Amino acid sequence: MKILVLIGNVPDTTTKIKFNADKTAFDTNGVQWIINPWDELALTRAMELKETPGSGVESVTVANVGKQDTEATLRKALAIGADKAIRVDSEPKDAFFVASQLAQVAKGYDLVFAGIEASDYNGSAVGGMLAEMIGIQSVSGVSNLQIEGSKAKLVREIEGGSQTVSLDFPLLAIVQKGIAKEPRIPAMRGIMMARTKPLEVITPVDTDIRVSFASFDLPPAKAACKKFTEDQVNQLVHALRDEAKVL
Amino acid sequence: MSVLIFVDNTEGKIKKAGFELASYGAALAKQAGENAIAVSLGKVESDELQKLGNYGITKVLTADDARFASLDNQASAKAIAAAANQTGSKIILLAHNNFGKAIAPRLAVKLQAGLVSNVVGLPVSLDPFKVNKHVFTGKAIGHAVIHTPVKVLTLSYNSFGLVENKVNVTFEAFDPGLTNADFGLIIEQTQTVSGKILLSEAEIVVAGGRGMKGPENWSGLEELASVLGAATACSRPVSDEGWRPHSEHVGQTGKIIAPNLYFAFGISGAIQHLGGVSGSKVIVAVNKDPEAPIFEAADYGIVGDALKVIPEMIAAVKEIKG
Ligand SMILES: Cc1cc2nc3c(=O)[nH]c(=O)nc-3n(C[C@H](O)[C@H](O)[C@H](O)COP(=O)(O)OP(=O)(O)OC[C@H]3O[C@@H](n4cnc5c(N)ncnc54)[C@H](O)[C@@H]3O)c2cc1C
Ligand SMILES: Nc1ncnc2c1ncn2[C@@H]1O[C@H](COP(=O)(O)O)[C@@H](O)[C@H]1O
Repeated sequence: MKILVLIGNVPDTTTKIKFNADKTAFDTNGVQWIINPWDELALTRAMELKETPGSGVESVTVANVGKQDTEATLRKALAIGADKAIRVDSEPKDAFFVASQLAQVAKGYDLVFAGIEASDYNGSAVGGMLAEMIGIQSVSGVSNLQIEGSKAKLVREIEGGSQTVSLDFPLLAIVQKGIAKEPRIPAMRGIMMARTKPLEVITPVDTDIRVSFASFDLPPAKAACKKFTEDQVNQLVHALRDEAKVL
Repeated sequence: MSVLIFVDNTEGKIKKAGFELASYGAALAKQAGENAIAVSLGKVESDELQKLGNYGITKVLTADDARFASLDNQASAKAIAAAANQTGSKIILLAHNNFGKAIAPRLAVKLQAGLVSNVVGLPVSLDPFKVNKHVFTGKAIGHAVIHTPVKVLTLSYNSFGLVENKVNVTFEAFDPGLTNADFGLIIEQTQTVSGKILLSEAEIVVAGGRGMKGPENWSGLEELASVLGAATACSRPVSDEGWRPHSEHVGQTGKIIAPNLYFAFGISGAIQHLGGVSGSKVIVAVNKDPEAPIFEAADYGIVGDALKVIPEMIAAVKEIKG
């Protein structure tokens, strides 16, 4: 069994969001880049599966579509424990473009992990598009995944509850919170080993661009908070009814 | 030509998000000068489908096939693509819920369509097709442009609202032509939370953070939620500690919600938390620290002890609700 984990490279979750002067692009000045939080959890789960005796997992590969500056993120994934990394050498233009690149490398894996969304452009698209392109089943909102012989048993979130489902490999799991408890942190030994692990660079294929961003806006600034004291609870509740009209 | 709206159901019932999507679809169809046609997959009671006419849907294609109950996204994408081809629809709409998110990307590939998810309003222009969406987890809005002739959109919850617009609705049986081989997913077990207001659909949400001190103090929050008709939620450490279930965790890595009213009790207001709740129309914070960052995001606040404020708030709400 071979596992592939898709790795998005995104701004650290504490990043203050700014755009360039004409508001056409995200301002990357001073931004720290991290593994997209769900991808980090997916990778953690992939490593847990590999370490489970009898799971039959031989290798865990990570893949990213990005320019050379994403290699630090891929090295971190290798330090967490992935055996090999693949980078398709291009700026990620849109979800269709990214999925088309990944379709070149995702064949031959039994299990592919993607995250529910990238925390920058919140597309929720690449995983499902890739599954469709390479013609395999996908399950979205996955919060647990076990390998049971030749089948995968997954828990997915549905509206108002959760569901245990089973299906055959190959399979693409689009994961959310819960898939692993805590993201794994690289150990010193892992960091040392990561330096010598293979990182393959692949040339991108041409595709049309289907979606782009004309510009961005920050939400309008909020008015100052109206503060009350502990013994003005009644006044606050009345303000919610009479002024904010939400009760 | 028409705008095609996929209205999903949970055990035969259409949820509020479905009617919100119908409202949005009807408005978009009007903007484009087209018909608003819905497609429904699986067994849905006819009076439920009839309600779509209250929100501007003129025609519903119904694939009354029990196999759709397994919520198989591959089969559903195939069926919706067939409906889009049959109706010649160039714009296809889905809700940005778990099911819509699972189907939309597959559908977009099948229809060679550009996909914009998490849309927050009607298109700003139709040619070029420009629509606003959430980016950076609610911290900004992106003005997305779709360049393909066919477009797929998923609509963010509570971003459009219900718009009543009663029209005459007709029904047409629709056979997407699927075989058993299209339904690969086997459901082993389903756990549903019953009798509770769904977090994703709630108009009012009452959330607690680490400042609530421990799980034993949640009975007060639950009572407040019940008198308000609200859902309960929590910050990430609260669910990590196991004080509350993961399904209640809101924020950047949890659920992203946009209720009309959000209460944060004992939540500091970390940037990752605010990412998931800043779309709320009105935010009320209760925190004993006047410097807590949550007050920068809040519209109303009480500087004080959440555990003291909660019982008083229950009493005050009961009083105004009579
Ligand atoms: C990658 C990443 C993703 C994350 N995603 C999320 C996410 O999705 N959602 C999320 O919530 N967090 C997320 N976090 C965690 C986030 O950074 C904060 O740690 C978390 O939100 C803090 O939770 P809290 O406000 O409940 O606790 P604390 O920060 O400990 O705050 C408790 C607050 O309660 C107040 N308080 C204490 N006692 C009382 C009292 N008696 N009455 C009133 N107030 C009181 C304190 O003044 C304080 O402000 C994420 C972190 C990372 C690194
Ligand atoms: N540039 C990328 N390279 C590799 N995987 C990606 C990339 N962008 C997105 N993904 C994967 O697709 C998931 C969903 O991303 P998105 O559709 O962009 O919201 C992410 O969690 C990743 O698993």
